[in-house]
Amino acid sequence: MEHKQLISRGVLVWGVLLFVTWILSRYGIGWAENAGLNWIAEYPSAWVVPLTTYISAAMNWLVEDANFGLFTFTEMTRALSWVIEQPYLLVRALLAEGFMQGSGRRAVQLFPPLSWIAVISGVVALGHYARDWVLAALVGAAFLYLAVFGQWESAMITLASVVIAVPIGVIGGLWLGILAYRHPLFEQVTKPVLDLMQTIPIFAYLVPILFMFGFGPVSALVATVIYAMPPMVRITTMALKSVDPEIVDFGVMTGCTQRQMTWRILVPAALGSLMVGVNQVIMLSLNMVIIASMIGAGGLGFDVLASLRRLDIGGGFEAGIAIVILAIAIDRLSQAFAERSTRMVPSVQGNTVFARHPRSTIVVVIMVLAFLFGQFIPAIQTYPEGATATTGAFWDDGVKYLNVNFYDQFEAVKIFFLSNFLLPVKRFFLGIPWVWTMLMVTALGWTFGGWKLAVLNVAMAGFIAMTGMWEKAMITVYLCGSSVVIASVIGIPMGILAAVNDRAGRVIAVVIDTLQTLPSFVYLIPVVMLFRIGDFTAMVAIVLYAVVPAVRYSAHGVRSVSPELIEAGIVSGCTPRQLLTRIRLPLALPEVLLGLNQTIMLALSMLVITALVGTRDLGQEVYIALTKADTGRGLVAGFSIAFIAIIADRVILASARKARIRYGLESVHD
Amino acid sequence: MIASPKLACRNVWKLYGPNADAFLSNTPSPDFDAVKSAGLIPAVRDANIEILDGEIFVIMGLSGSGKSTLVRCMSRLIEPTSGELFFDGQDLRKTSDKDLIEIRRHKMGMVFQHFALLPHLTVLQNVAFPLTVQGRKKPEAEARAREVIDLVGLQGREGYFPRELSGGQQQRVGIARSLAVEPEIWFLDEPFSALDPLIRREMQDEFLRLQALLKKTIVFITHDFDEAIRLADRIAIMKDGAVIQVATPEELVLNPASDYVQEFTRHIPRDKVMSVGAIMVSGANGAGEGIPVGAKIADIAAQVIDAGEPLKVIDADGQAVGAIDPAAVIAVLINRDA
Repeated sequence: MEHKQLISRGVLVWGVLLFVTWILSRYGIGWAENAGLNWIAEYPSAWVVPLTTYISAAMNWLVEDANFGLFTFTEMTRALSWVIEQPYLLVRALLAEGFMQGSGRRAVQLFPPLSWIAVISGVVALGHYARDWVLAALVGAAFLYLAVFGQWESAMITLASVVIAVPIGVIGGLWLGILAYRHPLFEQVTKPVLDLMQTIPIFAYLVPILFMFGFGPVSALVATVIYAMPPMVRITTMALKSVDPEIVDFGVMTGCTQRQMTWRILVPAALGSLMVGVNQVIMLSLNMVIIASMIGAGGLGFDVLASLRRLDIGGGFEAGIAIVILAIAIDRLSQAFAERSTRMVPSVQGNTVFARHPRSTIVVVIMVLAFLFGQFIPAIQTYPEGATATTGAFWDDGVKYLNVNFYDQFEAVKIFFLSNFLLPVKRFFLGIPWVWTMLMVTALGWTFGGWKLAVLNVAMAGFIAMTGMWEKAMITVYLCGSSVVIASVIGIPMGILAAVNDRAGRVIAVVIDTLQTLPSFVYLIPVVMLFRIGDFTAMVAIVLYAVVPAVRYSAHGVRSVSPELIEAGIVSGCTPRQLLTRIRLPLALPEVLLGLNQTIMLALSMLVITALVGTRDLGQEVYIALTKADTGRGLVAGFSIAFIAIIADRVILASARKARIRYGLESVHD
Repeated sequence: MIASPKLACRNVWKLYGPNADAFLSNTPSPDFDAVKSAGLIPAVRDANIEILDGEIFVIMGLSGSGKSTLVRCMSRLIEPTSGELFFDGQDLRKTSDKDLIEIRRHKMGMVFQHFALLPHLTVLQNVAFPLTVQGRKKPEAEARAREVIDLVGLQGREGYFPRELSGGQQQRVGIARSLAVEPEIWFLDEPFSALDPLIRREMQDEFLRLQALLKKTIVFITHDFDEAIRLADRIAIMKDGAVIQVATPEELVLNPASDYVQEFTRHIPRDKVMSVGAIMVSGANGAGEGIPVGAKIADIAAQVIDAGEPLKVIDADGQAVGAIDPAAVIAVLINRDA
């Protein structure tokens, strides 16, 4: 009884606070002006610490003057970039461009790239090796699609950068993960850095990378690796920790040295989980493809970006779909390899090379033949242009048709949302005096996570105010918040429906899977076409991108309520409706909150991308910094986004944990 | 029986929790409650054990009694909070990490409850693993591995992966693997607990057969008192981290040190544990050709009762040492106190 009252009192308090906030947002600034206390309403520009200038100056010094005695900083980055560039150029020549001599127009091709037939036979062989003919057919068809739809060369350039970025990400991640496993202190240091790396929008670290490595594929590779590596580090540490302690004891008792322990016991025993990490690295690398093209990666990502800038919907869609298809092929292939590594297939014995390596032999033969015949028959070397198909016109016509016939309807929807939802919310957030917001953020931290979280929140919100990012941050919160609200309103009921109704569940699963494999940029294209640029367009794109976890987690939460409790409910005579509202939903709440958390994270990460459609938030700040190569501005805005993300993340996680404790799903001491 | 201790634990403590070291040096021998109230978890308290060369030493205790921790302290898998460990007279706690690796590689073997086989290696590779860790050449290691695989009766399964084998077979691989390096001391941590009762019985027989062949010094952990009685030369009973009694199975049954120990021994058929020596009348004369003093009552009961008169008891040298009365045998069989 007492428990229940406590909760409702909490709700009451927060309700009152929300009301006060609304009043202050409405009239606060006026009152402050009348009282001559302007600094309460708006963070005074005189108090802004010019951190952006400091960082830019430091960066300039680093690039121009920093000297480590034997070599300068620039020399170091150049050497590093040379090391990365060589294997990349090799793979790229092999897959896409052929080996050239000379440069520019006088370049002579010494050796052509691998023929499309050879590459397709290679991936088919990999598919068959990793699982079976079904997989072989799938990846073969995917690559054939790339050839038929004229995306071959771009796709091969993209593939080349994935082929280079993935091993670097995997090996680096494995190494750091092992280090963190061995030295708990190192783990404590890396953990917050990894958290930050995953919450800072990628664009923010594109700027310093651009500064250090210059515009080009190397910068793109470095950014891709930085983006794709953190999950590998985490998964490695986690996988090594969860190796059966008896197996670890066995290793010690056998007298393994530390190195033997790592490479002969831990890593093989954890191989299954490690392969999940490899798959993650691959998927994140592919996610990064379009963004990386902003700092010089060519390939499919560049095609999408260029189409987007030209507002060429057909071209953008085709390249976007090609990325998705490439991603699906590589994903399935790597998953099959992961399964294979835990399946323990005994190696085949045989006398001849062919008996031992039948697939490799066939592929090599096809490669040689394709090369030889390709010299005389160009269609074998390169897929004939005349035989390519295109869907571009179809997409163009589709959008044109919608725009011609439904322009007014689209416009009406847009204006309705803008004037009834987005603008009021924006006015609300911008109107709140910054001092009051600081107070509320602190109070939230205090209520859910104690004084530690309160201090963290103050520090982070303080950073945003001090660096002069307050107003832009509020626009970010408004845009992101509105999108999250809409995404939740759509996503949570969809998730519940998916969990309760099997048939709906299957349909929704397909929709969600599709949404998740599309690169974030692809969302922008149709939305821009229909609604043109502006906040509403940004919101729709963010909602599409961020709705996935809301659906996933709610469905999972509702599904994973213990069957015993459901039975107990049925025995007590609950109607299906009561089962849902009294048992399933309350118990699924912690999981739903985690979904909400993920939705916020995705929404924030989509912000910078929506900057392309003319928003005015922190994302735009980062984007402008990128185009101007302004390191300080980019980093400070990036950190601000990360801090908003972290505040939201910590508060929601803490409240989810509170809910779990309340339901006895987690003990207080964990 | 005079033999030098192969492995000795002196005042070994293992406490879990913050500042366990400091607590123990301030309070030299705290009791269970004192440790608990200091916020520490007493896993092993003041253990004193000597394991003799060539014996099967069983450590018996219920779950949470500290038996697994104690055996891990013995091999320094877990660092004891305090106490001394001597292996062949060498102070294990002062041994460098490098020497410890050498000792483990050549002189110690361990079998685990859940087998701890490496899932990515075949039976042959698993058994050869400890040898390859030592740096021995592959053909040599695999030849030796085949020998021990034959020894445990798994010939023909060398190419299988662990998950393709039954639990009993997996543990045979675990046993073979631990024997591959010909260890001087053999730790078995509840090796048969994860197996079904019938298989467990079969594996116990197998274990006794191997020991008759190999004569290792063995530390065997179990929570099953029947198993302990069946296999042990001597048993240590543990409760709440402390060793309550160390004795032969017979002594345990005849003279339990506490009610706790007696609780275990109550359901043990005494004729299978007690030997002739325990109930004979020393110095008395008896008929017949002589019954060995070390024989178990269960094995000679029919013979004595059929004879209907006291029979002669002889020692290992064939000298008469006393007589055994049918009435005394019957008293043991019907579990009446003598």
